[in-house]
Formats: sequence, structure tokens, C-alpha cells
Amino acid sequence: MKDALEIGGRCFQSRLLLGSGKLSSDALIPEIAARSGAEIITVALRRIDFKSASANILNHIPKNMQLMPNTSGARNADEAVRIARIARAAGCGNWVKIEVITDNKYLLPDGYETVRAVEILAKEGFVTLPYVSPDLMTAKRLVEAGAAAVMPLGAPIGSNRGLKTKELIRILIDEINLPIIVDAGLGKPSHACEAMEMGAAACLVNTAIAGASDPVAMAAAFSMAVQAGRQAFLAGPGAETSFATASSPLTGFLREGIGH
Amino acid sequence: MPIALTINGEEHQIQDRLSVAALLAQRGLDPNAVVVELNLAILPKEAFAHTLLEEKDRLEILRFVGGG
Repeated sequence: MKDALEIGGRCFQSRLLLGSGKLSSDALIPEIAARSGAEIITVALRRIDFKSASANILNHIPKNMQLMPNTSGARNADEAVRIARIARAAGCGNWVKIEVITDNKYLLPDGYETVRAVEILAKEGFVTLPYVSPDLMTAKRLVEAGAAAVMPLGAPIGSNRGLKTKELIRILIDEINLPIIVDAGLGKPSHACEAMEMGAAACLVNTAIAGASDPVAMAAAFSMAVQAGRQAFLAGPGAETSFATASSPLTGFLREGIGH
Repeated sequence: MPIALTINGEEHQIQDRLSVAALLAQRGLDPNAVVVELNLAILPKEAFAHTLLEEKDRLEILRFVGGG
């Protein structure tokens, strides 16, 4: 396997991770999964609503995909730990996206509580993928705590605003020896491509696909963008310069040898 | 005599000596599609049939949904 993405001892060919929220119908998941090529998908855990009949989302998720339950709804480390344990007990494997949020306006993650949750869960054998603000010191603490990857936000969740935190993510990519997966805020394939060109290990996309007029076609577009960005990163983009540098030779044509 | 307990944060009255499996069946829930936490401890699926609910139990019945 060449250029695989390795997380938690498992290798993946796709560098696009899917979120399963906000879809008009869970029945879209198989086609979105197929067209996106994604091998990892997030799900959330919620109380049963007795008033509305509800189908099981897991029936729509291809069996070969790696499930990544999130701890959304957790407001501190202990709640995140509790949700992770319940998710694992449900028989969905030992992966968990750690998400601890108390800020209702911008949904920005609580780095301190997230580190605490990772410390506890990594010791219990979980493969933890924490969702955090792109802060270098937090990321270093996550490495020490045993995280399997670090997932910084590009912009607030669901905002579709793109790679607003680019410079800070670039520093994480440079300094942190774990896969950096840009999660949240990516609104268009070009945003994902930009993250991948910069050297991000992968992108996690939900709203941009679920909220598109044609989510299946958008899943395919993100897949191509992530692949293009990855290939560009591996190819090594040329240096930027402030002034023009001609692409064609400037000598040996027209002006030479005509008597002026 | 019905007993009172908390299910998903709400007070409910159920008949006495009802098992978790029987409660799920009454509510039309597939036991394989839910996760059950009883008094903050995860209840294994194998225990659904022989676990009888008691007065003041705190039961959480959860399921996976779409999320990012």
C-alpha cells in the first residue's frame, strides 16, 4: 500500500473522512460513502425519542467502514468518557472522536477538558481523535496523552467558511508527529484541497456535503479535491516569488542577429 | 402495583417485574439497535432478558444517529 493514512494501527487509502449528520435521509449514506471513497465515518449517540419512530443509522453505513462515534453533547471530560464507553459497549469498536463543547455560539472545543478525556480514554485502549482548536501547546499535550490524531478546526462547525485558521494548522503540521486532520468549517472542495496541499493528513467533511443541493455529487467533488491536494503536496509545490519569472526562454529569438 | 422510574430523564410508571427486554419490546425498540445504561452502568445486551427494573432505577436508552 503506497501513501496510506495510518491511524490506530489501521491503514486507509482515502484521506476524506465523512460526517453523517444533517443529511435529508440516512438512506443517502451508502451512495455518499461510495462516491466519496471515504473509509471512516462519524456517528453520534443520542437518547431514543419515544414519540418518533426512528430507524437505525448503522443499517445504512457500509460494513467495511471504520465507525467513529463522537462525544458530541459532552460538556466536560467525564461526560466525554462516559459517552465513549457507552459507544464502545454498543459494539462499534474502539474509535472515538473526542468533542467537548460548552460554547454554544461558535461551538469551539474546550482544549483542557479534551486533553483530560484523551488521557483517560487512551489508557483504556481507545483510538482517540480529538477535535480541537489549532493550538500547538494543546496539540503537544494531546500527543503526550496518547491521541491517535489531532483534528483542528478550519472554521467554526457548519460554517462552510474554509481554512480560516490556516497559519495555525500549518504550525501543527510542522510540529506535531501525528496525523493532522482538518475537521470543521471546510465548505468547498477547494478548501479541502488547500488543506491537503499544505500537508494535512486528511479532511473530515460533513455540512459541506450534507448541505449541498446534490450531496452525492459534492461527495465526489471533495474526494477529487482531497486527492488532488495530497498529490500536489507529495509532488512538492515550487517556490513563490514576488516578481515574475518567465516560463519561456528570454533569449535566442527575433532580436539577435538581425543587425540592430 | 406499577413502579416509578426515570427513563431518558423523564418519570415513567411501568408494571412491576418488567425486564429491560420486555420494556424495549413494549416500546417497539429493536434491542440490537439500542444501547442501555442502567444506573450509570452499561447493561450488556445479554443481560436485557434477565434484568428486572426496580423502583427509582435510572434508565438511559440510547441509539446512534447522524453526527459530524
